[in-house]
Amino acid sequence: MSLLQIVLRSLRQHMLSTVITAFSIALASGLLMSVWVVKDQARENFTGVDSGFDGVFGARGSKLQLVLNSIFHLEASPGNLSWEQYERIAADRRVATAVPIAVGDNYKGYRLVGVTTNLFGIEYRAGKKYAVRDGYLFNPERKQAVVGSFAAERLRLKVGDTFHPYHGLIFDENQQHAETYVVSGIMEPSNTPSDRVIWIPIAGLQNMAGHNPETATDVSAVLVKLRGSSSGMMMNQEFNLQGNVMTFAWPIADTLSKLFNKIAPVEMVLRAVALLVALVAAGSILASIYNSMNERRREIAILRALGARRSTIFAVVVLEAGGIAALGAVAGFGVYFVIMSVAAWLIRQETGIVLNPLELEPVMFWAPLAMLVLGALAGVVPAAKAYRTDVAENLTPIS
Amino acid sequence: MLLNIENLRKSYGTPDGSVQPVVDVASFSIESGQQTALCGTSGTGKTTFLNLIAGILQPDDGLIELDGRPISGISEAGRDRLRARTIGYIFQTFNLLQGYSCVENVLLGMSFGPGADRSRASELLERVGLGQRLDHLPRQLSTGQQQRVAVARALANRPKLVLADEPTGNLDPAAAAESLGLIRETCRENGAALLLVSHDRGVLGQFDPVRDLAEINRAAAWPSGKEVQP
Repeated sequence: MSLLQIVLRSLRQHMLSTVITAFSIALASGLLMSVWVVKDQARENFTGVDSGFDGVFGARGSKLQLVLNSIFHLEASPGNLSWEQYERIAADRRVATAVPIAVGDNYKGYRLVGVTTNLFGIEYRAGKKYAVRDGYLFNPERKQAVVGSFAAERLRLKVGDTFHPYHGLIFDENQQHAETYVVSGIMEPSNTPSDRVIWIPIAGLQNMAGHNPETATDVSAVLVKLRGSSSGMMMNQEFNLQGNVMTFAWPIADTLSKLFNKIAPVEMVLRAVALLVALVAAGSILASIYNSMNERRREIAILRALGARRSTIFAVVVLEAGGIAALGAVAGFGVYFVIMSVAAWLIRQETGIVLNPLELEPVMFWAPLAMLVLGALAGVVPAAKAYRTDVAENLTPIS
Repeated sequence: MLLNIENLRKSYGTPDGSVQPVVDVASFSIESGQQTALCGTSGTGKTTFLNLIAGILQPDDGLIELDGRPISGISEAGRDRLRARTIGYIFQTFNLLQGYSCVENVLLGMSFGPGADRSRASELLERVGLGQRLDHLPRQLSTGQQQRVAVARALANRPKLVLADEPTGNLDPAAAAESLGLIRETCRENGAALLLVSHDRGVLGQFDPVRDLAEINRAAAWPSGKEVQP
């Protein structure tokens, strides 16, 4: 029998503790991978979000709030800009495209965004434009809506359905508007936050019954595509540093990076917890095998009497620990997939950001490997005990 | 000469700090293929004596030569290797591994020697009458059958010397007689010398000559009359 067969047999003989210990390793490995992947993909997808725009103009205030509101459709608007301000931005020779948006209403928690139709001419990703999957784009003169794919799926809306918008960004059934909108189209999935949005003509949102008539032409933000990066620097100087009327959030990725830098300590704590769980799991291997050593002293003595060297016994125990860790590391991918599926669903539901659990990440290589090494190291202590087993003393009673 | 022992000594420390001699053998030898019985009652150091010959224990002093090679002075790993290839050991309690089937127990015996050979393992088990029980676990066998597995395992590596420590101690008289016959026959068939220790007169009566361990081992006359574990 080979060393490997002896190890496998021993694992089978101690099936219950093998399975329980391997499960703790699987949890640790899955948790490690999940924490790393969520953190890395979330940062990457938030900062590299495909919006098709270089910057955002909004009322004087927080750049982060402006970006979250206008690109991610989260948070409240920091304030409004007048239509004249929008027109001035659109006419600026440094601006290639300007798209005004207005927010303030929702339908069952999914936000309505008033927009001009030039949004749909923008490439949100190289070679990709927002496209209508079913139906057609709204007519700016009519009360029509095109619904993002995710929102349509969750709200079970289809072309031809009608709905009443609700006032505010948070759903309150007592805040229903009188207007009736008809779903004219359902968007193709873009895997961007836009999938969670119901697009309507900007005039429709501005003039919704109950809104302040004095601000009926205001916009919440203006999304801009610039003619070259030097334009961004010039406008940053002009509007943020010298001006005090508007805020220009540019570049969008930098604004979000600052958010992630602020929450970096939280990420670090999460990582530390995941690493601690990995250490505890390795400790469970140590405890499980170490505790079995007493009952295995005779077995070890018999193997030694048959000619097994101390180093062979040591190797058997270390390989056994490594085997449990290997089983756990493999099962860890299942745990990872379950955690990631739930996390990806939740994050998409709340932010529209799409995480991909199947995307290969470096942690998927090093985390299982680290668990394997940790597991094998955890086997060293019981292996040392096995190594020291006195053959004559444990073999048979002395006559 | 297969086994040659000279001035072999082994002692253990006692809880009160003194040293307890357990084995003190001036001279002992076995020829190749010879079958020798040692009569040893409890406390005469027979298990320690066999463990020294098997290289499981290291003597304090003296010479043990097996097949012309001194084993008392070599490293523990060297003794392990030598034991695996040259010596078969039959224990009173059989010492079968309970999680392994009959054939696997025999294969294990081979694993640390020349290598596992399933056909030889099966052949040996058939020879001891367990051809139909290759895949049985030890707990599924009678005591006598377990003893036969131990015999097959001891012979698996074609040893030059088989050590048997009270091999029939756990068997009823009929099974003991049958088992002893089997051990002697199979050792003869495999060309192995046999050194058997027992205090059972029925067993010893089948050997000629029988040597008294109390006479060979000067430490057996120690006043306490008991071996002391370290």
